Amino acid sequence: MKIVKTAFVVAMALSLSLTSCKPKDADVKAKVETAMKANPDASGVTVTVADGVATLTGEVKDEATKAAVEAAAKTAGAKTVVNSTTVMAPMVMPEIAGDAVLAAAVKDATKDFPSVTAVVNAGVITLTGTIEQAKLPKLMMILNGLKAAKIDNQLTTK
Amino acid sequence: MTSLETKYQALSEMATAHGVADLQVREQNGVLYIDGTAPTGAVKDALWAKYGEIDPTFTGGDLIMNIKTDVSAAVTKVKVTTESSNLNIRKAPGTDSEIVGKAAHGEVITLVSQTSDQWWLVRTEDGEEGYAYAQYLTPEA
Repeated sequence: MKIVKTAFVVAMALSLSLTSCKPKDADVKAKVETAMKANPDASGVTVTVADGVATLTGEVKDEATKAAVEAAAKTAGAKTVVNSTTVMAPMVMPEIAGDAVLAAAVKDATKDFPSVTAVVNAGVITLTGTIEQAKLPKLMMILNGLKAAKIDNQLTTK
Repeated sequence: MTSLETKYQALSEMATAHGVADLQVREQNGVLYIDGTAPTGAVKDALWAKYGEIDPTFTGGDLIMNIKTDVSAAVTKVKVTTESSNLNIRKAPGTDSEIVGKAAHGEVITLVSQTSDQWWLVRTEDGEEGYAYAQYLTPEA
């Protein structure tokens, strides 16, 4: 009986010590999240941890950031990291049409708005004259598709 | 986030939520540029309605929102969605070009090709072929 008891105590102690060796998912999650907060580029990354496996999801700006967040998660204590972050499409600066092309496009676009005068200068479309309130969104929708640098709307609505 | 990005944040969020492809939101010289391709015309309209809530007079001069509508290659029919008038069909893209035909308001015609963002090559029931202003054509599902 005594032997059985001792064996039970030993088994209990062993299982306790084994459990304490294995970090809890919540603790790993907290540590990895702290590591993510330290990197401003990782603001779009979400961390989940299950059975010791940390999964990273969300968008990052480039491959270097993707590699950096994975390394940071490992350093923070995640033994296994599944890096499911995606790299955002690179930002392309806006394409601005030349004045000759833009002026021709504006002429076509404003043909059905005879009370509107449109002038193009250095990529800026300046609108003067009058327009019915109901027609304004349609005109703006058309003009926004012509690759202008800016639209300066000085129209009077009626 | 810049102040302009904050001002128009509802637009970029709406675009993301509605699956606008190739979405680009960036600022240059005091103007915010939002570009992308909406999956349907309804999404584009919703974005414009939201823009109208943020700037009802469209006088801010600080946003260029160029949202195209995704027209699949499978689309061969378009409806003439002018306000009420006939749509001119021209020999070449541009209002300077000769008018070779007209399509009635509400008429469904054949889309031959999307020549540019502004001008599409179309053909009427009568066989008149030429270029029409794309803003007045709505793809048929």
